[in-house]
Amino acid sequence: MEKFQILRSTAVPLPNENVDTDQIIPARFLKATTREGFGENLFRDWRYAADGQPKPDFVLNNPRFSGRILVAGQNFGCGSSREHAAWAIFDAGFKVVVSSYFADIFRGNALNNGLLPLQVSEEVLQRLLAQIEQDPQTELVVDLPAQTLSVPVWEESIPFAIDAYKKECLLNGYDDIDFLVSQKEAIAAYETSRPWTY
Amino acid sequence: MPKSLFDKIWEAHVVKTVGDLSVFYIDRHLIHEVTSPQAFDEIEARGLPLFRQQQIIATADHNVPTLNQHLPIQEPLSRSQVDKLTENCAKYGVELYGLGHERQGIVHVIGPELGLTQPGMTIVCGDSHTSTHGAFGAIAFGIGTSQVAQVMASQCLLIDRPKRMRISVDGDLRPGVGAKDLILYVIAQLGTGGGTGYFVEYAGSAVRSLSMEGRMTVCNMSIEMGARGGMIAPDQTTFDYLQGRPYAPQGEQWEQAVAYWQTLYSEEGAEFEAEHHFDAAHITPMITYGTNPGMGIPLGGTIPLDVVPSEAAGFSKSLEYMGLTPGESLLGKPIDYVFIGSCTNSRIEDLRTVAAYVQGKHKAPHVEAIIVPGSKQVEKQAKEEGLDRILADAGFTLREPGCSACLAMNEDKIPAGAYCVSTSNRNFEGRQGPGARTLLASPLVAAIAAVEGKISAVPAYNELELAG
Ligand code: SF4
Repeated sequence: MEKFQILRSTAVPLPNENVDTDQIIPARFLKATTREGFGENLFRDWRYAADGQPKPDFVLNNPRFSGRILVAGQNFGCGSSREHAAWAIFDAGFKVVVSSYFADIFRGNALNNGLLPLQVSEEVLQRLLAQIEQDPQTELVVDLPAQTLSVPVWEESIPFAIDAYKKECLLNGYDDIDFLVSQKEAIAAYETSRPWTY
Repeated sequence: MPKSLFDKIWEAHVVKTVGDLSVFYIDRHLIHEVTSPQAFDEIEARGLPLFRQQQIIATADHNVPTLNQHLPIQEPLSRSQVDKLTENCAKYGVELYGLGHERQGIVHVIGPELGLTQPGMTIVCGDSHTSTHGAFGAIAFGIGTSQVAQVMASQCLLIDRPKRMRISVDGDLRPGVGAKDLILYVIAQLGTGGGTGYFVEYAGSAVRSLSMEGRMTVCNMSIEMGARGGMIAPDQTTFDYLQGRPYAPQGEQWEQAVAYWQTLYSEEGAEFEAEHHFDAAHITPMITYGTNPGMGIPLGGTIPLDVVPSEAAGFSKSLEYMGLTPGESLLGKPIDYVFIGSCTNSRIEDLRTVAAYVQGKHKAPHVEAIIVPGSKQVEKQAKEEGLDRILADAGFTLREPGCSACLAMNEDKIPAGAYCVSTSNRNFEGRQGPGARTLLASPLVAAIAAVEGKISAVPAYNELELAG
């Protein structure tokens, strides 16, 4: 997993609420057996017409906006457990998704892939969306060690929460497998100690 | 302190805690072709063995064709995914109920059918509708592919403990109202984010009176309100369903198991961070009109005129996609497709409901009616009971098992702009094919729509009786 420390970038606004995993990556693009290449089909049906032509009104096709931070409406990532959604966002170049609410499974999947789900209040989210819309060159700074999202033009630094263990993992590029495998003895001891097994 | 059903099972599976997280032990791990290949690669790349390979069970379901399953899969990418699963299972010694197996089917249909799903267990699968298995009083939830690899490597996950929610539905469901209506009603009340962060226990006399099939339908859709999972305390209905199934305990072990399972219930005074109560008499046949499962209304009702300002943009976008207008009634709306299937409603009871209604009738000429059984066993039983004949006479095609038009990964897609009354669980944009317009409903509402050619009232259900 890629390490995450501090990211300074412009952002792409996607104000839609309840963006579900079928919009992030439609099921018909889940047929690969490797992790690469999903970025091409990120938001496929919003981004391209049936004939493959880019839809000019979709934000990823709008040359005004670019950057490695996606700022999205609430309840982002609801729906399926497909990790392909997190892979597609990461593969398309994003390292942070900001929203006021993330679906549980998506949040976990993102963290397991070095993609930071950064939760802010609805009020901050709306201000951010308006700011980016008004000035797409607005830079945001995500400082993971300090757990802050700063907006230099506002001279404001907004704290965000993240589980301490997950933060360590992201900072160092570790993932849960390393940790869990190191617990094998405890796990085996648990198995033999159970009064009831299936 | 009095414990809830969830507390009892959760606490029995914590190997150790690490800060706010728990090393949480998994009894059964179900895998399928779409979310497992990258996990097998991960294990292989790290040179790890499967930690408890006998606790993993595989099936091929998401991608498989539902016609001519005996022939090689035509679509090269689907074929390669299914082949990859077969290869991986052979290599690692994982039990596979693949294509051609007499017990193949949708992962959440075959688990219970085989007796793999039992009370008190923890069950995971790289699929959000794993919540289905909670109907047996298990903690069951969907995980991402990285977590699939974690369970392969350690039989554990590192997760935080969700909050507890209890949803009680008391009273009797009215004629023509079933489990699907119950859950669509609850989701419409609580919204698609209403359960986020929670694990839900369904309780109350209306829930208790449901069959196992009905309970699975309810738990299945827990994820559609954002909940991690749903569960129902096991009882005699559960035990009767399980007894004699291939993986169910036998003989003396069965007695021991039942004695343990009987301790799995929420004690008087158990704590829940959130509680909701509903009256079964208020639940009507339901249908959705929008592009998330929370956008449901009574079948005889009208689409809301407006919504709270923060949701207005999504609401109009959704109605535009659906080709519907605020304030409109759906009754009488012509439809093009009916899809009976998916892990929500593809069990024998669902097929019986449809067959009972369509017997002696015929589907409307302009409607294509597809029935995809949840498993080979359901298909077989339907044939043994003669349901296949009744359905064929009514113009319904009975396909072979798989996820099919629930997520449109195989050829079974609904064309752009077409309306499909579907017994599946998601009405997201493009879920059943690019541009497809999905109306979620119960098998009975879907069967009636197929026959009438338009969305129509449930005859058994009398609007006038509606209490309070
Ligand atoms: S039937 Fe649909 S919801 Fe169920 S497992 Fe298959 S794709 Fe997922």
